[in-house]
Amino acid sequence: MIKEIFTPLTDEVISGLTCGQMVHITGEIYTARDAAHIRMMELINSGKPLPFDVNGAIVFYAGPSPAPDGAVIGSIGPTTAGRMDLHSPKLIECGLKAMVGKGLRSDAVRQAIVVHNGIYFAGAGGVAALMSKSIKAVELVAFEDLGTEAIRKLTVEKFPVIVAIDSKGCCVYDRA
Amino acid sequence: MREVNVEQIRDVVAQLCIKACVEVPCDIRSCMENALEKESGIAREILQDMLKNQDIAKTDRLPICQDTGMVMVFLDVGQDMRIVGGDVEDAINAGVRKGYEEGYLRKSVVGDPIRRTNTGDNTPAIIHYQIVPGDRLHITVSPKGFGSENMSRLKMFVPGVGIDGVRDFVMETVKLADSNACPPIIVGVGVGGSFDKSALMAKRALLRPLGQPHPDPYWAGIEAELLERINATGIGPSGLGGKTTAMAVHINTFATHIAGLPVAVNIGCHVNRHEEAVL
Repeated sequence: MIKEIFTPLTDEVISGLTCGQMVHITGEIYTARDAAHIRMMELINSGKPLPFDVNGAIVFYAGPSPAPDGAVIGSIGPTTAGRMDLHSPKLIECGLKAMVGKGLRSDAVRQAIVVHNGIYFAGAGGVAALMSKSIKAVELVAFEDLGTEAIRKLTVEKFPVIVAIDSKGCCVYDRA
Repeated sequence: MREVNVEQIRDVVAQLCIKACVEVPCDIRSCMENALEKESGIAREILQDMLKNQDIAKTDRLPICQDTGMVMVFLDVGQDMRIVGGDVEDAINAGVRKGYEEGYLRKSVVGDPIRRTNTGDNTPAIIHYQIVPGDRLHITVSPKGFGSENMSRLKMFVPGVGIDGVRDFVMETVKLADSNACPPIIVGVGVGGSFDKSALMAKRALLRPLGQPHPDPYWAGIEAELLERINATGIGPSGLGGKTTAMAVHINTFATHIAGLPVAVNIGCHVNRHEEAVL
């Protein structure tokens, strides 16, 4: 059974999701990966505002391939989330609610998710042509000079993910 | 003496870059179709999505994965031919530039590893040259994604650890990689040689066609045993559980020093892009 959810995510919706559950997200999400995270941390550390309101937001760890003529976006899919572990607890503290990536997270991230009622979704890696079909609109938000690593607002419809770490800290990758 | 012009090399590299990024090699495709029959539940759904994704990518000429990699080029140069018309390295990089621009492929290369400014055209490629018998030029292009590359490891063992040390290191590497490397993976292993030789053997092992074991029955046996053990971990497609964690284990070996036992493990994701051409 696939659960349909909509942005902005409420605490109630997040609490109701359990690890391993398949979910479709409809609404707005923001791309940010390695370089964008480094820049966001610099802004936070110098007390400057972030380029988008992270409060209640969903960040998608992804850098799309260029859009062919007439398309809104090229291929897009989750990159390894673990590389953002360094920065995620701080962003969660600042209000970030959900992350979409692939692969394992650190204990610190899991802890921050539990404390702040957050959630980590995973997508299948390498199904990026298929995933691009659920992106309906793209808007550049910040750091254009970073190319694929710029922050973009994506309007998504039935964007397919799985709950990888739920708000209680249960993780789909935990092996018996 | 047979001549090949650099312009031809440039154009072939460009074509191979695009083809490798939008079309999955047929051995991988059929291996995944076979795996589908053994899976149920989430693992089956993920494999179905991977196959569906391959179809969309091929039809729409979209990259299979948004990470279209850093380009590895293996150039086997026949000793009875010569390359004319310019600098071969410039030609290869011009081919990468052309392929990544015309194919709408992602530019994922930064010029300096610490200061990290994107080069904007996915150059430079990493090129491995080899002089071989004959008068042909064999070009293999492998755009390597870094989700899997990052999970690769190398260790200089002492000879005393023997085959158990090799086995344990491969298993440990696969378990550490877990979902990060985009399973079902291909595991390339280089055993012996030197520090650099083992890494290159592991990388070349990823290029070997699936279903082609090591010619030495001893090593073919180790490959089969490791594949079985890896698939018994239960990591499964995308790390979400299942019987298919790896599609193959390929081991390449070479003579080594009396004091050493280098072991390198290079992991390829489920796309394991590579295409080749002979000029």
